This record gives sequence, C-alpha cells and structure tokens, in this order.
Amino acid sequence: MIFALFTIGTTFQVASAVNNDTTTVAARSATVDEGKQLFLKGCSSCHGINAEGGGIAPSLIGVGAASVDFQVGTGRMPLENMSAQAMRKPPIYNAAQVNALATYVASLAPGPAVPTDAVLNYERDGSIAQGGQLFRTNCAMCHNFAAQGGALTQGKYAPTLMGVEPKYIYEALITGPQSMPVFSDKTITPAEKLSIIKWIKSTEAEPQLAGSSLGRVGPVTEGLLVWTLGIGLLIGVAVWLAMKAK
Amino acid sequence: MTNDIEPIKDPGLPAHVHRKADSDPIAAARAERQVAILFGLSAVGTLLLIYSYIFVKNDKFIFIPIIGETGAQQLGIGMGMAIALFCIGAGAIHWAKTLMPDEEVIAQRHEFRSDDEDRAEFVKTVKAGASAAGLGRRPLIKRSLGLALGLSGLTPLLLLRDLGPLPKDNLQKTSWKAGMRLVTDPGDRPIRPEDLEVGAVAQTLPQLAPGEERTLNNIGKDAVLLIRLRPEEFNLTAERLSWTHEGIIAFSKICSHMGCAVALYEQQTKHLLCPCHQSTFDVTRAAKVIFGPAARPLPQLNITVDAEGFLVARTPFTEPIGPSFWERSS
Amino acid sequence: MTARERIAGNVAGYVDDRTGAAKWMKKNLTKVFPDHWSFLLGEICLYSFVILLLSGTFLTFWFDPSQREVIYDGGYLPLSGVKMSAAYASTLHISFEVRGGLLMRQIHHWAALIFMVGIVVHLLRVYFTGAFRKPREFNWIIGVGLLTLGIVEGFLGYSLPDDLLSGTGIRIAEAIIQAVPLVGSYIAFFAFGGTFPGEAFIPRIYTVHVLLLPGIFLALITVHLMLVWYQKHTQFPGPGRTEKNVVGYPLMPVYMAKAGGFFFIVFGVTAFLGAVASINPIWLYGPYTPGQISAGSQPDWYMGWLDGLVRMSPPLETHAFGHTISWNILLPGLILPGIMFTGLALYPFIESWATGDKREHHLLDRPRNVPNRTAIGAMALTFTLVSLLNGGNDIIAQQFNLTINQMMWFSRIGVLVLPPIAFIVTKRLCLSLQRADRDLVLHGRETGRLVRMPNGEFTEIHEPISAEKAWLLTSHEQIAPLELPELDSAGVRNPGVLKNKLRNRISRAAAVAVPKATETDRLELEDHH
Repeated sequence: MIFALFTIGTTFQVASAVNNDTTTVAARSATVDEGKQLFLKGCSSCHGINAEGGGIAPSLIGVGAASVDFQVGTGRMPLENMSAQAMRKPPIYNAAQVNALATYVASLAPGPAVPTDAVLNYERDGSIAQGGQLFRTNCAMCHNFAAQGGALTQGKYAPTLMGVEPKYIYEALITGPQSMPVFSDKTITPAEKLSIIKWIKSTEAEPQLAGSSLGRVGPVTEGLLVWTLGIGLLIGVAVWLAMKAK
Repeated sequence: MTNDIEPIKDPGLPAHVHRKADSDPIAAARAERQVAILFGLSAVGTLLLIYSYIFVKNDKFIFIPIIGETGAQQLGIGMGMAIALFCIGAGAIHWAKTLMPDEEVIAQRHEFRSDDEDRAEFVKTVKAGASAAGLGRRPLIKRSLGLALGLSGLTPLLLLRDLGPLPKDNLQKTSWKAGMRLVTDPGDRPIRPEDLEVGAVAQTLPQLAPGEERTLNNIGKDAVLLIRLRPEEFNLTAERLSWTHEGIIAFSKICSHMGCAVALYEQQTKHLLCPCHQSTFDVTRAAKVIFGPAARPLPQLNITVDAEGFLVARTPFTEPIGPSFWERSS
Repeated sequence: MTARERIAGNVAGYVDDRTGAAKWMKKNLTKVFPDHWSFLLGEICLYSFVILLLSGTFLTFWFDPSQREVIYDGGYLPLSGVKMSAAYASTLHISFEVRGGLLMRQIHHWAALIFMVGIVVHLLRVYFTGAFRKPREFNWIIGVGLLTLGIVEGFLGYSLPDDLLSGTGIRIAEAIIQAVPLVGSYIAFFAFGGTFPGEAFIPRIYTVHVLLLPGIFLALITVHLMLVWYQKHTQFPGPGRTEKNVVGYPLMPVYMAKAGGFFFIVFGVTAFLGAVASINPIWLYGPYTPGQISAGSQPDWYMGWLDGLVRMSPPLETHAFGHTISWNILLPGLILPGIMFTGLALYPFIESWATGDKREHHLLDRPRNVPNRTAIGAMALTFTLVSLLNGGNDIIAQQFNLTINQMMWFSRIGVLVLPPIAFIVTKRLCLSLQRADRDLVLHGRETGRLVRMPNGEFTEIHEPISAEKAWLLTSHEQIAPLELPELDSAGVRNPGVLKNKLRNRISRAAAVAVPKATETDRLELEDHH
C-alpha cells in the first residue's frame, strides 16, 4: 500500500516536474516574445529592428539583461529628447515589461545578467571602510567624494548616487552605461562592488554631524554662505550699531 | 553780480537731537531693561553650552527647520556659545546707543609735519652722529664691516641646505621597469587582458617586490590607468600602437598639467577629464590634449603580456610623468 | 571718596609712578572716533584674527602635525582600518572624540573665511573712498600685505589635516613651485624634503601656520592699528566736518562699548556659523593619496580666483635648449597675481602721480565724485569675479545645466572683454549720479506732488533740500587736470616729457566731472524764477 502510494506520488511529481519544465521553457519564450514585441514598438526605431544599432543608438547585441534592466528600469530609456545624456525619469514600463525586454535582449547574445538578491547582499558581504577606499579611487573623480555627482565635458554629468537602488548601482558598474566605463569583475570583484554599495548606502544614511551639510560639494557653497549670510549678518549689525538711537 | 563763483557754505554741525532716554526716565528705564534682558539671554546661552557639553551625548540628533537633522551636542554647544557671545555684544551696543552720551565731539587734527627747526635739528644730529662714527673717513672699517655682515647674512641660507635632497633625476624616473606587472589599486591583483571588457578601466600600480612597502611617493609617480577599447578605435602612430595590447592602452594617471589624478574616463567619447582644471585628453590619440590648460599629453606606458599571460610594462616610461619642470627637455 | 574710588586711585597711582601712564591715558581715553558703519569692516578682520588665535590654540592641543602613517581605529567607522597620516587621524579625533572639537574646527575655519571676506570689503571701502591717500599710503601697503599673507595662511591652514581635497591643493602648489624656471625643482625638493608628497611638508607648514605667520600678522596688525590711532581715522564729508577736525565719539565710554560689543557680535556670528553650517568635513573627503581625486575640487574662495585663472589659461608651454617653461602655470599662478598685487600695493602712488595731488586728505571721497578711481575699481572687481566664477565652473555647470566648456570660453573671453565694459559703464554711472546731485541742489527734491497751473500746465513740486544735504553734495573737490609741459625747454618732445604727456592725459580723464552746484548757480536760478 505504501509502496503504491510512493510510486504514484513520485510518478505524479515527475510528471508535474516535466510539465513544469515545459511551462518554464514556454514561459521563457513567451517572455522573449513579449519583450520582442515591446522592443519593436518602443525601441527599434532607434536601436534597429534586430537591435543591431543605428546612427544614433548603439547595438544592443551582447549588452545583457543587466543593461536593459538599468536603462529601462531607471526610465533613462526610451530617450525623451536628444540632450547631452539620458536623464533618469519615471520609467514608462512596469517591472514585468522591463523583465520581458531584458530577457529578449539577453536572448540575442550572452551579456551581464541582472544581479539576484542573493548576489546583492551588501550588508552581509560588503565592508564599509573598504568600500570607501574603492569609491575614492574608482568613483569619486566623476561622482564626487560624497557621491553627490559631478560635471563631465560638454554638458554630460555623473549623476548623484543618493537614493539609487543597490541593484542599479551594481548594474551600472558591470554594464558601464553611457559615459561610465565598465568595472570588470576581475578588477573590482563582486565582493568589492558590494563594499562600494555598502559605503554609498552608509554615506546616504549618515546624518549631518555638524550643521547643514551645504550640499556636500565642498568650498564653493561654503564661500557662498560666508559672502551672503556671514557678511550680511555682520554688516547688518554694523549698520544698526552706527545708527542713531531714537 | 560779481564774477567770483560763490560755493555753497558749510552750515556746521546740525543741532543735536535728543534721544527719548535722555529726557524721559521711563524710556531710560526701558532701555536699561532691554540691555539687562540681552545680558540675561547671554547667560542662558552659556547655560545651554554647559548643559550640552556635560549631558548631551554625541550620538544624539535633533531636527531643526531649514538645516534638517543634525548632531545635538555640537549644536547645543555651538548655539549656546553663539547666543552667549552675541548677546553680550548686542547688550553693550544697545547700552552705548541708548544710554551713553551721544553728543558728537569735535577734536582738532594736528599737522604731522615737524616744523622746519626740528627738521634742521634732526639733520644736524644725524650728520653729527655719522661723522662721530667716522665711517666716511675710515674706508677700511666700512669695507671690512660690509664683508663681515654680508658673509654672515649668507649663512642662514646655507643652514637650510639640508631641508631636502637635490632632485637629481628623481623627477625623471618612476618605479616602472621592464617586466613589472600591473596590479589593481586597491587589491594588488595582477591583471590579464581577458579580465577587461571593452569599455572597461582599471586603476593600477606596479607590482611590489616581496617585502616591499608602497609609499604615497611611489603612488604619486607610478599610478597608471588602463583602458580597453576596440583596436580599430585607435588613431595612433605605428609605434604607439605597438605599445598597446589587444586594444588595451596604459597612461600615467598623474596629470601632465599640475599632477592631479586623471581618472575620469568618458566611455562614449573616449576622453579623459582631469577634474582640477578640466584638461581633456583623447585616449584614441595617445591622450592628446583637446581642451583645457594642459600642454602635454599623458605619457603612455608600453605594455605587453608576460609568459603567464599577465599585463606587464615592456619598458619604463620614456618621458618624465607629471607636471613640467625646467630640466624637462620636451 | 568711596572705598572703591580710593582703591582705584591707589592702583592708578602705583602704575603711574612707574610709567607716567596717566598723561597719555587721559589723552587717549578721550580720543575721538568718527562713527560710520563702514568703518567697522576693518574691525571684522581684527576680531576674526583674535578668534582665529583663540580657536587655533585650542586645536593645537590635540592636532598632531605628522605625516607618519597610522591605521585608524577611532570612532568614525567608515574609515576603520584605513591607512592615513597622523595629522588626518588627529583631526578625526578632534572632530569625533573631543567634545566641542568639531565645533572649534568649524569656528576656526569659518573665522578664517570671515577674516578674508572682511579684508576684501574693508579694502573695497578704503579704496572707493580714497582713504589710502597721503598720509595713509604706508598703511595701505601693510593692508595689501595682510591680504596676501592671509591667503597663504588660510591655504596652509586648511591643508594641515592632510585630506584628499587639501592634499590635491598642495599637489597643485608643488606643481607651481616646480614650474619656476632654473630653481623650481630644487625649491620644490627643499620645501617637501624630496619627492611629493614626502613626509616633511605638513610639519613644516604647521610651523609657518602656527608660529611664523601669526607672528608677522601680529606685528603688521599692530603697526596698522597704531597708524590709524596716531593719524586719526578718516571721516566722511558732511556739515561741520573739515580736513582739520575729527567729529565723532570719545573712546571711553562710547567707542569702547560699541567696538568691544562688536567683537562679541563677530565672535557670536562665527560661533553661530560653526554651529549650524558644516565646513571642511574631512571625514567625507578621505585621507590624501596622490592616486585619488574628487569631482568638483576647489580651494577655499579666497584662492578660487587663482584656480579660475589657471583653469582658463591657454595651454602654453615652451621647450628650448633642453628646458621647459610652463607659461600655462606661471602666468596665471605667479606672474599675473604678482602684477595684480604689486599694482594694488602701489596704487596710492600711481594715483597721486596721475592726478598730481600730493596733499594730505582726511575727508573721504564719495565714490561718484571720483569716477576714474571708481571705474578702475569696478574693472578690477569684474576681472576677479569672472576668475572666481570660473574656479567653480564645474559646480556651476552642474547646477545650472551649462557645460564646463561653455563656462571656460565665457571666462576666457569675459575676463578680457567684461572689465573694460565695467569701466565704461561705471564711469558713466558716476557722472550720472553727479548730475543727479547737481540737480538736487539746484532744483530740490522731487516730492511727487503735481500741481496744475492756471494755464493747464502740470508741474511737480520740488522741495528745497536742507543746508546740510546741500553741503554734503557740493563740498567735494574737483581737481583740475595737470598741465605739464609736453615739450622740453628746447621745444623737443624727448622721452623725459613723454611721461608728462601720459600724466596730462590720465589726469584729464580723471578730471572729467559734472561741475558741482554753487551758491552762484542757485542765486541765478532764483533770479529766473
């Protein structure tokens, strides 16, 4: 009796597993199809029917799911207008659609994959102090010492990293969007990337220790404050001092 | 009407306008109260300072409009000090303005110039003193005094000689030698060409010999930036192309203008930007300067792979890295 | 006599027996000081200096001016285990473990910025009112010296913590030294004790910042104040004020209370800034290493104009006979500032040479009445402002959606084109104001009340101005242009008299003015009515 149950149970399991496999494969190719439809509608006019690229848009063959997840997930793509660089804006595709687009592009050629939550466990696997060292050597020259962002040439800029989701930071590091270079896993290991993310998050959370941080951009705002509030207060008192009392 | 132009006359000091507190005792008492309140506020400020110093811990944060969240201990001590000091000042000034005499006083200026008699006396005294010293009549003393003072005046300069070594060829050389591996900064891991994707950058330093310590002096000379492009994207002479390896090109990271770290690589334009003075270098043309005040391209490091497939320098830098100096021949 | 008076008398007698102080104390306690708010600007500098001495001394009790490498194990966790210099580590210690330490660091740095702002606004007041004229030329030179030394002292001060931002500034300073022809690399190696960064620079600049320069400042400030004291302060023109008197309030008690009170005000405002505004957050910058840099790296504002000049410099470098001269560094970094500061220091002599005015002046000028001087000042300000803006061009570009390339070109062209435009506009403005003054004296103040005449015409009622105001608007001197001989005794235009031609021309330009209203003009007008 038990044996019969066991046999029936395992057979049923195997059967349903086989069914699952087929549904997964079917589901994946459905996602690719959905992604392809979305792509043809919203992206192919610039990126080409087969994502081979065109005059104004690069080829997407080999950029990987991570690139698509970053660009479309942060709303940078589709581009609203041809400015110096793509601006982050509210995405027009929902998470499922972004996933479909990413799966489609990933199907064209191998490329960096979207990092899973297990990979992104920076709290466990990262070190803040090491992250700071890495950030200052590899990132601060564009993004500024406190990740507030900075100017590049001809109107391009490295955006602020405050409030950016860890997934997008990771994807940017591995895909090198727009002006940003790629940071290979051999030169900055995945653990080091997590340290960078951990440092960024810690800096984001760090409260102002000694008064208004004035934007964390350095002496420019400090000089502005002293020439407005500082001397303004002092001259104000000086004028009051020299005025005749009633 | 005469032909002389008559200027407008000086009407003299205007009549003194009395303050309320000068005549009205109630106003005077009010002013006195106001001064006392200000001094009292100052005392409150000091109390706030003392309280914050002793009782507020430095991990406590407080929300202030406009400023936002900020450290409470530092704010308490600082605002306490600010109020304490400011109110003493405000009190003293208010006291002077309302209660102290405010009638304008006139004082006369005196001419600075001494009268001719004094000047003549002065000249006589100096002349007498000079002739008493007799320098004019005794050239031997004058000359030997000049020698003594002049020589001893030079000794402070000599005593400063050991402030530092002579530069010799220090500015011309870096640690890079033929066969030295490029390693990651930080991490000290050697790099293979296949570790870098197209569009990737790596911050590198020369590999240390075992037991060797790396100093900031070394980093300031040896820092090298590795960039990978597609080989067809280069626009280099045949010689410089031979210094690259499979699309990977290496430059000194120390700006040829004033020595800042040039590590800002724009992947799409293939430009390097130095954030100090915005010099822009074109990587495809051996870091040629295309904008900004830098006058020379970044020195390129000749790289290849060693027997184990790691990137190494084929030769040292062929020119001095970093900012220019008098002895630099190009 | 009360007990208190008796004791005070005994003390005073004790001191006077030994010093004879009663005589000069009596004279000086009643010394008269004119009262105008703009005369307090120099005091801002003086009091900031005192604040710097006090807060700076506090900091020296904890700061370790050594570049020896340590591994951080203090309270700021994002830097745990990081290698840094002892100077940086001790600054972190002051910021996080010493109560009031971060506040004192911030007060010290804000006081330094206020000190420099004070010097600049004080300089502008002295310049635009002509207070630098005889007999005060020497005091002006001391002031320019204080300005220059202040810039150096500030730079050395914020470089002491050896953080990434200030270390970058030192790297740039070393490049300027290195670029000096012939001796540059030697001086750089002596200053740094070898290669950059070395381990000798921070301890050495500590000595300069804490001992040498403050000592020089104390001496110069003392002479500066003694000269003001002895020569008596200048005063604005007005009723009852002449070149031969000083109208104001006595030192004791009024001036002591007001000036003493102002010290506490300046200290209080500085402490307020130290409490509510973060400055130089070195823990965010990280320790200095030559392999790192941050976007948006600038020096403090008083050096920002130098940075701006370096940024906009064309890439000029010459190589000849195996040697390099970096004009792109020397011109904006040494030569141009050298010319500017020398010109600034010598300005009183240049102006008196150009106008031929060698008399003593104790009454100040209203800027509109000296259009040439005011316009030159506006020109210099414009030049400095364009350079200053360019020093922050990356931050400005980021904030206002411009490009650094646009800002650079704007600055390169603007710094040459905008100052002459500023000169012309300012001079025109001054002359317009003079004309307005003249109209005010002759026709009175427009009241805004309209009256309709019987014949239908509308006129505005003008109220005559007070006698005091009329005097204020017309008491200034209008110097006639020089008329030096342009040909020498033989009727030849030799180089000696070319100088005269230049002087004539400049003084003619300086003498352009709207003739001031006179009593005669007023009477003539009345006759017409």
